[in-house]
This record gives sequence, C-alpha cells and structure tokens, in this order.
Amino acid sequence: MIRLRTAALASIALALSLAGGLSIAQEEANQPKPPRQDWSFAGMFGMYDQAQLQRGFQVYREVCATCHALSIPFRALSDPSGPGYSSDQVKALAATYQVTNAEPNDKGEIFKRPGTPADTMPRPESYPNDQAAAAAFGKAPPDMNLLAKARKYERGFPWFVFDALPGLAYQEIGSDYVDGILTGYTKPDDPQWNLYYPGHKIAMPQPIADGAVKYTDGTPPTLENYAKDVSAFLTWAAEPNLPERKKMGLGVMIFLFVLAGLFFFTKKRVWEAVH
Amino acid sequence: MGLVHSSFVAYPIPRNLNYMWAFGAILSFMLIVQILTGVVLAMHYAPSASEAFGSINNDIMRNVNYGWLIRYMHTNGASLFFLAAYIHMFRGLYYGSFKPPRELLWILGVIIYFLMMATAFMGYVLPWGSMSLAGATVITNLVTAIPLVGTGLAHWLWGGFAVGGPTLTRFFSLHYLLPFVIAAFVALHVWALHITGQNNPDGVEVKNVERDTVAFTPYATLKDVFALSLWLILYAWLIFYIPNYLLDADNSIPANPLVTPSHVVPEWYLLPFYAILRAIPNKLMGVVALFAAIVVLALVPWLDRSPVKSAKYRPTYRFFFWVFVVICIVLGWLGSQVPTEGLTLIARICTVGYFGFFLVVMPLLSFTEKTKPLPASIAEAVLAKKPPIAAPAE
Repeated sequence: MIRLRTAALASIALALSLAGGLSIAQEEANQPKPPRQDWSFAGMFGMYDQAQLQRGFQVYREVCATCHALSIPFRALSDPSGPGYSSDQVKALAATYQVTNAEPNDKGEIFKRPGTPADTMPRPESYPNDQAAAAAFGKAPPDMNLLAKARKYERGFPWFVFDALPGLAYQEIGSDYVDGILTGYTKPDDPQWNLYYPGHKIAMPQPIADGAVKYTDGTPPTLENYAKDVSAFLTWAAEPNLPERKKMGLGVMIFLFVLAGLFFFTKKRVWEAVH
Repeated sequence: MGLVHSSFVAYPIPRNLNYMWAFGAILSFMLIVQILTGVVLAMHYAPSASEAFGSINNDIMRNVNYGWLIRYMHTNGASLFFLAAYIHMFRGLYYGSFKPPRELLWILGVIIYFLMMATAFMGYVLPWGSMSLAGATVITNLVTAIPLVGTGLAHWLWGGFAVGGPTLTRFFSLHYLLPFVIAAFVALHVWALHITGQNNPDGVEVKNVERDTVAFTPYATLKDVFALSLWLILYAWLIFYIPNYLLDADNSIPANPLVTPSHVVPEWYLLPFYAILRAIPNKLMGVVALFAAIVVLALVPWLDRSPVKSAKYRPTYRFFFWVFVVICIVLGWLGSQVPTEGLTLIARICTVGYFGFFLVVMPLLSFTEKTKPLPASIAEAVLAKKPPIAAPAE
C-alpha cells in the first residue's frame, strides 16, 4: 500500500513539475525577476536604517514628488524608528508646502495656507488629480504611500513556501520590485522600456540617473544607491510599524515558548497517572 | 454553573484521543479572536466605497493605536481559522467521525464551514482593494449563470448594475452578522457533540466509562491549552513577522472598476473550489460543480457505509484518503495559477478525483474493503500500545 501511495505521489509531483517547469521556462525567457537586494529591515531582527531613509526621502522629494503623491502625514517623518527627523525639522519642512484648508474661512472661501506636521503631504502641484496626470502620461502615477506593499513578482513553487519560514523568510518582494524598476531601464534608446516591468512597456519614462540628486553624507550619487534608498524609504512609508511590530513579536515569542513549555510539563505530569 | 461543570469539567472524553482532537478548542478560540478583533476594527472602519480603503490603510494601519496589530490579527486569524478547520475536517474524514451516531454533528460542521466561507469572502471585500473588487465581481457573477432569473438576482445582490458602494455596505452588514450565526451553530455543534460523545482514533465507542474515558478537566483542558499555545506560536509568527505573506499585493491598490488585476485569485482557503469552478468549461455547470463540491461533504455519512470508522483499520480507505488530501492540495495550487491548457487538464483530472473519492471510492469501499480487526475497547487499544512493563500493576 505504501508503495502504491508513493507511486501516486511521485506521479503527481512529476506531472506538476513538468507543467510548472514548462510555464516557468517560457516566462523566464523574456521576463527576468528583480534581483534580491540586501535590506537592513529584512529578517526577524531587521530594522530601518535611518540615514538610508533620509537619503530616500531626499530622492523622493527631489525626483518622485514631481509626479507621485505620497499621502502620509508630515509628522510621520519624525518617527524615531523611521527617518527620525526632529520635530523642528518636520515643522519647517511642512511649512514649505502650501496646503488647501479642509474648511472654508469665515467669508466662505476655500484657502491655502502653509502646511503643519498634522497635514497629509499634498499632491504634486503639477497634477491636481489623477485625470490630469493620466492625460500627460497615459496612466496616472500611483500614490506612493503603499507602493512597496502593492507590488510583487511571482516567486513560484516551491520558493513561495520557503519565503514564509523562520530564517528563510522573504518579505521584501515589493522593495526589490521597486528597486528593480528603477534600475531596469536598460535600453538607452527607449526610455519607456523596462527589463523588470511585466511586458516591458512602462508608462513612466526613466525617472532618475546617476548624479541627479546630491547626497550630503558622502554616499556615492549613483543610480544603484538612489534606487535602493528610495525603495527603503517607500517600504517604511508603506509599513511604518515594522520596527514596533518586530520588537513586540520578539517579546510575544519568548512568552509563548515559555508558556508552551510550562503547559507541556504540566500536561505530562497530569497524564502520567492515567497512562 | 451546572451546565459548565457537566460540559467542561466532568464530561468524559475517550482516553486515547490524539492531538488531532485539539482543533475543536483551537477553532473556538479562533472564532472568539475573530469576533473580538472584528468588533474593534468595525469601530474604525468606514463602509463606503470612497472611504473604506483609506479607513483601513491610513487610519487603522497608521493612526489608530495598535490598529495594525488588530488588523493583522484579524486578516491572519481568518487564514488560521481555515487552516484549523481543514485539519479538523480531514481528521473527521480520516477517523470516520461523521458516521452514526454523529451524522448531525457532521452536518452542523458542514453548515459552519459554508458560513465561514461566506463570511471570509465578504470580509475580503471590505478593504475595497483592487482584488476585493475583482473577487466580489467574479463570485457574485456566478449567480448570473442561473437561467432566467440570474441577471435579476445579480442586480438585487449588487444593489445596482455592478459591484459598487451598495454592495460593499451590505457585505459589511452581513460580515458583522454572520459570525454570530456561526457562533450559534458552533453552540449546536458542541451540544450535538456532547450528546454522542467524541469519536476517537480507534473508532470504537465507549463501553465502560471507568476504563475507557478520563474527565474533561484536567485531562482534555491541559492537552488543549498546550496544543493552543503551540498554535499561538504559529499565529504570532504570522502576525509579527510575515503579516503580509498571505495577503495579495494587489489588495494594497485601491479598487478601480476600470483596472482589474492581471490575475484574479481568491484567498488560499478557497483556491481548490476556484480550481474546480475553472476546470468546467460551461459556466452554469462550473457553478453547480463548485457548490456540489461543498454539498457532497454533507452527504458523506450516507456515502461511506463501512461499519469500521477509523482509517487505522481500513488500509485501502487510508490510501485513498491520502490521495484525496494530495488532490485537494494540487487543486489549491492550480487555483492560484494562470490557467494554461496543461494545467486545465490537470485540474479536470483532479476534479474527477475529488468527486470520485466521495461518489465512487467511499460507496465501493463500504462493502468491498477487507478491514483489520478492531480492538475490543478503547482501554484495550491504549494498553496494546504500551510495552507490557508499563501495564498498571494492580
């Protein structure tokens, strides 16, 4: 019977791997996957790198913000486990933006005022709504507040199983995808051809190249660094509670392991009598 | 107090139960967690097409204190609820827990399972991400396959001519209602259980309460809390370290009726049924097969007439049981893939296998299988496993 079962399992596995292998081979021929990067926030103890997030914010502000909204409150930028700007810096930064007040003034006029840390970062001025942006690019540039969580590439069997396991966990697929897109403009004669974008035809023309942003901390101003820093920043923007989550998780895990151990020995002791 | 004492303290349980019997307690726990976290989430959630996405992704996830924790508990809790339910159901199939005198218990379980699927599906629509909208569209469109009244029925379900704001609001209302209906059925399920008593790995009924059973407390209680603490480790791993693993990235994109995700997939726990739906070339027949795949579960007590309950003593049934498990997993994987000709063929073979297990293998084996001899009693089965030296020296 065991031999029968093994045979059945083996034949099913073979059929699957054949079918899977064929489809993967076909896809991979023209659609490479974004390379996996080394992120400071990966793994059980990984946290954000403050200097990297600040550089990433600089890239966002000087390049991406021309077209992409980032709907997070200014005050989030003073998150000590995130970019960690001081509250004075955030106040000054917010004041450089003009924000439309939610309520009209006492004459009934909608008015603009300088931003405060409590405000959500306003949309890019050049594109007051998605339609205006779509008219210029054919497709509206997405809001970047959840971008790193909203992008993926297929990992395929069996990799997606390993991605969930302790020690092997791979939860940075979106970060790698964003990084891949920024470095994927590999055909200089076609600014809308991207190696990692599904189908290669991307609406966003190449947004950034070497030297476009001047870093002040001595990090080389290369495309690789821009892509990595802004991807890390966008990961923080999409998942700002990651550091708190992992810290709390560690405490919860230690507690649960001790609890499970105590229950195990109690259960063993009580059942000894009846076995 | 008397009820609690007789049901959860003095209540006798077979002494040979293994850890597969801990999932009843785990499932009760998961239901309570889902209801409590759900009630808190509903305090901050705005059930309207324009606000739903932001109320979850901006308010709950960023601004509400520990909102991210409650939400990750709820979304991952749904997955673990289903995982526990599947283990619980496979356990029932393996050990014949659906056989007389437990038919009613089993049918109540199938009803709970169906309610869970409806609740989970509507819950998945609430974040109003692009996969929420696509999923709601695919599933509610199934009713249009019904001849004559299908389209009218779909419009009535949607509250309009397509899935939209009114659909979201009514799904929210039902998503809040159904868990309490589930809780009521769980109460009936536990009641039915306590009338027949538990099945056990050897599938022989309790003959002598003294020798065959132990008291629920402390024996089952401690075994259950130990199993539950292991389950919580898995749950905590999902919540704190891989909270987005089971969520689709497309659901972090706001719903837009003009843009559909390139590849629409349901949550993992519905994938096998999705594969069955897609395996059938005719839409109406596909819908019929989808529902038949669930209804057939309720008929199991009458499809499998073998007097021997446990697969432990039914070698041929045991073999087909494991083939069936593999078929379910393969169907789940197929449901997640973009269908190609080859994959559709495999899905069709597996669909035939799925129904074949219930409609052909079960009835045939009922009469043809040569089963192994059953132990005379539970106590004897327990003692047979022990080396002679450990036998109680009276």
